[in-house]
Amino acid sequence: MHIIESGNVAAATGVKLSRAQVIAAYPITPQTPLTEKLSEFVESGEFEAEYIPVESEHSAMGVCIAASTAGARAFTATSANGLLYMSEQLHWAVGARLPLVMCVANRGIGAPWTVWNDQQDSMSQRDAGWIQLYANDHQQIIDTVIKAFLLAQTVSIPVMVCYDGYLLSHTYMPFDQPDQGDVDSFLPTFSPENFLNPEDPGNFNPVTLPDVRPGVDGKMEPGYIEIRHNLHHDLRSSIEVYGEIDSEYEEKFGRGGNPFIEKYKCEDAEFVAVCIGSLSYQLRDVIDIMRDSGTRVGVMGVQMYRPFPDEAIADALSGKKCVIVFEKALSYGNQGPLYGDIKSALYCSDDKPPIHNYILGLGGREIRTQHLLDALTDSCGSPETFGDTPRWIGLKL
Amino acid sequence: MRTDIIEIRWHGRGGQGAITAAKIVANGAFASGFKGVIMAPTFGTERRGAPVFTSLKISKNKIYDLSPITTPDMVVVLDPTLLDEVDVVAGLKEDGLVILNGPKPLSEYRFGDAKVAVSDVTKLAVEAGLPPGIVNSGIIGAFSQATGLVNIDVMVKAIENEFIGKRPEMNAKAARLVFDNTAVGGYV
Repeated sequence: MHIIESGNVAAATGVKLSRAQVIAAYPITPQTPLTEKLSEFVESGEFEAEYIPVESEHSAMGVCIAASTAGARAFTATSANGLLYMSEQLHWAVGARLPLVMCVANRGIGAPWTVWNDQQDSMSQRDAGWIQLYANDHQQIIDTVIKAFLLAQTVSIPVMVCYDGYLLSHTYMPFDQPDQGDVDSFLPTFSPENFLNPEDPGNFNPVTLPDVRPGVDGKMEPGYIEIRHNLHHDLRSSIEVYGEIDSEYEEKFGRGGNPFIEKYKCEDAEFVAVCIGSLSYQLRDVIDIMRDSGTRVGVMGVQMYRPFPDEAIADALSGKKCVIVFEKALSYGNQGPLYGDIKSALYCSDDKPPIHNYILGLGGREIRTQHLLDALTDSCGSPETFGDTPRWIGLKL
Repeated sequence: MRTDIIEIRWHGRGGQGAITAAKIVANGAFASGFKGVIMAPTFGTERRGAPVFTSLKISKNKIYDLSPITTPDMVVVLDPTLLDEVDVVAGLKEDGLVILNGPKPLSEYRFGDAKVAVSDVTKLAVEAGLPPGIVNSGIIGAFSQATGLVNIDVMVKAIENEFIGKRPEMNAKAARLVFDNTAVGGYV
């Protein structure tokens, strides 16, 4: 059934339908209404879960780690400085291979304070080892949350589901709520083989040595570097796993088919714009305008950012006349993170396109369709003369 | 730029329910075949009593641009005292429409060349049995009458769904009373 609600409610509904068992969260704008909605669901009795209010984001992740270690399906959500405050625990969760799901309502990082949207918060955590998925609208938020729980427990790696703060978190639009019975048959109960159990004591994440060594039972145990190698290996494999999960979801619910990148008018395009999140939808209006005036241009939204689906991206962009990367984040002192990753993905291509990088929308600076049109028109008009330095859109110096 | 999107800006005061009103119209429009519906509140700094606005865009097609409305086709004003504080018709398109809760007759309101619709929603809502100051259900009757975009029966159903447990019958009655008592002017 379709309802019209905010992106935060779409996320909360996805968590409820996924039957998360433990939720621990600390409120921070623009994530707050998501956790408020979950606590309402629990309080009213329509959602059977433990809702644990905590005194900080660090504790929220700590509670989720404990719950997940004890075999429960756990969820939290945050934004901006809240995400940074839990950063140490983020690394722990992934090293411990716990299948948590967390929503990040993307917001700019202080100082100076901003409550508005950009994507610097989740981008700054991209190397923690979490899987990062991004949604472009409310339907993708609810669908991605449900898929994320299955992905996390299939590969034993935590998943971040990111969506633009305010632009999606607080905006209302229609979306379909999947049927509970269908979700139950898609997402089996979480029942890990090893979990914290007083009846069956065990060691969890003991100190490792630089080399391998025998465990208490005499069996050879991996050292730190083996454990980290295996994490990386499993992250790379999770690209294929997510592709399969997305196909299953599409078969059952009729939505999906673009697990890694979502393309719009890219098939015959000479020029392709690339970005992450709701901006890729706003760019569709710009693509239509430019198509009307005869420019063969398309746009591609990156849905899975970590692990990076480099093969799919290289396939989609190799041989184009120009690739234009729009980003709401910056690797300070270098360039946009997505720009760097796309260049790297295309390094081995025989037919490398010129690549341009625009930085925009930081701290919620309004992104005008006209500005996007001007930038894209410039880039398509002179693909060869841009250079390797990002240009800024909408800057008022 | 796209011409299939109808842009409606809602002006109210924080706590007055402009967002709820826009959400109800969004539901009514969606139920009437407008598959593209985006409602974006003012972001970040709402305070009770302060002027706020909400953007509602509706179209028969999916809408991709989430940015706030700057050139509305219509503006809806929930509180007549806002007229002294806010330029409610800023950016209003040519042939635009202003829908107003106001105590004075239609001829007393003039916004350039815009078409105007007015109803004393504050008074009619009390007649419907609501406590004084609840105008966000009543104003929807004026919207339905002035725009013809969404049938009043569909709106009333959307109002009853939104106000479950919060006087749904009186809120629905307020909308119907206002619908029947909205004066709609022509283009100047």
